[in-house]
Amino acid sequence: MEVVDGPASPAEVLDAFAAEGYLADTGLATAVLLAMRMPRPLLLEGEPGVGKTAVAQVLSRWTGGELIRLQCYEGIDAGQALYEWDHARQLLHLRAAEAVGPGPGAGADALESSLYAERFLVRRPLLRAISAEAGTGPRPVLLIDELDRADDEFEAFLLELLSDWSVSIPELGTIRATVPPLTVITSNRTRDLHDALKRRCLYHWLDHPDPDRELAIIRLQVPAIDERLAAQVAAATARLRSMHLYKPPGVAEAIDWATALAVLGADRLDAGTVASTLGLVVKHHEDEERVRSVGLDVLVEP
Amino acid sequence: MTALAGTAGFAEALRDAGVAVPAGGAAVFAEALALVGVADPDAVFWAGTATLTAGPDDAEPYAHTFRAYFGGAEPAGGRAPAPAGPAAVLTVATDGSSAPEPGETDQDGPDRDRPDDGGPPALRWSRRETLRDADLGACTDAERAEAERLLAVHRIHTGNRRARRRVPVAPTARRGRPDLARSVRGALRADGEILRLARRAPTTRPRPLVLLVDVSGSMAPYARALLRFAHAAVAAPGAPPVEVFAFGTRVTRLTRELRRRDPDAALAAAGAALSDWGGGTRLGESLRTFNDRWGAPGRARGAAVVILSDGWDRGDPAEVDAEMARLARLAHRVVWVNPLKASPGYEPLAAGMAAALPHVDRFVSGHSVASIEALASVLSGPPARRGRRA
Repeated sequence: MEVVDGPASPAEVLDAFAAEGYLADTGLATAVLLAMRMPRPLLLEGEPGVGKTAVAQVLSRWTGGELIRLQCYEGIDAGQALYEWDHARQLLHLRAAEAVGPGPGAGADALESSLYAERFLVRRPLLRAISAEAGTGPRPVLLIDELDRADDEFEAFLLELLSDWSVSIPELGTIRATVPPLTVITSNRTRDLHDALKRRCLYHWLDHPDPDRELAIIRLQVPAIDERLAAQVAAATARLRSMHLYKPPGVAEAIDWATALAVLGADRLDAGTVASTLGLVVKHHEDEERVRSVGLDVLVEP
Repeated sequence: MTALAGTAGFAEALRDAGVAVPAGGAAVFAEALALVGVADPDAVFWAGTATLTAGPDDAEPYAHTFRAYFGGAEPAGGRAPAPAGPAAVLTVATDGSSAPEPGETDQDGPDRDRPDDGGPPALRWSRRETLRDADLGACTDAERAEAERLLAVHRIHTGNRRARRRVPVAPTARRGRPDLARSVRGALRADGEILRLARRAPTTRPRPLVLLVDVSGSMAPYARALLRFAHAAVAAPGAPPVEVFAFGTRVTRLTRELRRRDPDAALAAAGAALSDWGGGTRLGESLRTFNDRWGAPGRARGAAVVILSDGWDRGDPAEVDAEMARLARLAHRVVWVNPLKASPGYEPLAAGMAAALPHVDRFVSGHSVASIEALASVLSGPPARRGRRA
């Protein structure tokens, strides 16, 4: 099994991530280290807003590899993910060939091969990720976002690609990655991914951070915020998560909330400021009712 | 002990603890250990998590096994899995008498609206068919034949929804968008002239089906048959995507267990997975758990949701009301199948049932195979307007 150069210890990953503004824990750092060196795709699952996508963005900034993002959605197919021929230009080319008339090397075969040349190939994210040349810079970071939204068929297709990092285009031949991209796959678990795919990947479940780390994240992301206010936001977010809401706030909501409070110039959290900004952390009408019925004071207790 | 032997033994221990470690998992773990070293127990722990587990449900058995295997010490009390509730109290009346089932006794007179023993003649799911033990028993020949029949005949259609994927359609079809790829290929055959514009149009897909099966004490006489029905729905070839959940005091996902084709094996696996069999019902709480963990994240979205329950609930009807409303907003349609509904003079008096009804699209009886056939037609028919504000 090939081993790729990379960070030597999880601590190195932690430091590098922190330098890029992402405070990870040892679990995530270990998984990232393994993904960089083994090399296998890293499958990240977790509640929305815990920072799955940000892992790939941070990796790209850290390693300097180009971030290639494939957002999955229902009905996505190879044409949108891998490659497509630029048919409009091909048709123009046909018209032009007709107008010019038979030139050297005329004939149906020549016409066809001129149509399926590289210049008519539209490279979609997956093809771009595997056709990066080795030795021309850091390998790209491939982010396959929200894979659970794509259909089963697409997952099967992806599994094939992840296994041998090569694609065969009938008209052009096989393209093989000289160095596999650093791959991060995210899923919100709206459905189970196939076991075969999971087997190919390293797995990490991203959880909500503990209050201390959350406080550190808020202070890092919202430098303008008052220290005591940041602590109050972290504590209030933790309390909201324990209230059995339909949608417990994630780190992203906590950061939004802290940013809003900083913009509003608040220097501490009280019932009034919570009431006017609650919509930033609680995004369901039923949840809002629940929080208000418990009392906003509960959130701002010291 | 070499590293590889150690990881293999650990992978084996994890499998014993119920973590589905794939073949080759131990080798990948050993590879990971070569990278992070074995000096730091934290790194070993997380390297194992990344390479040997595949879901948040694996976290607890993994941590437990890790401590027992590598820590040497007894696992810390705080993280040990909670004892599995009142372990399957399954000694239900075996003679078909109307002796109360466990979990039923402290409810508010459940016999009031249950069918008599001499119910309709089509009553194949009779009260005699009680559950004797956790493995749900083996199928009798008749049951097996019936399961096969259900499998073969009752392909359940949930109706179709428009899918996002576009498929090629006949050139004569005047719908869809131009398919340039095929048009260009056609043009090549005709010396570059486009004679026919090929088209692609959206296709349709069957709606997903979600079955929520009540396995509490009051439903014990029916639960086995309902699970057989669920098995038929899951294992039938060409069926829509089906998810099965059982609920009583907790919610258990049974889809994987029921995917085995052999009905005996499937029911045995389902029985082994259920720990709240024959207990009480916490309908509101169960619905909430389902909505939180599976329904709202995606499984109930746009799905046909079928709840098979008598609506007996020991919890708060207000919670049933709120969670059913939420489920109704997520799902395409909600069908409630109540085995008691067939009895003459039945009225939905059970508090949970009464709270749920305003959010239900169709309320059908489910006491016999015939009524399940009716359910199949309800599922494939047009959705009824539900009286949400009723």
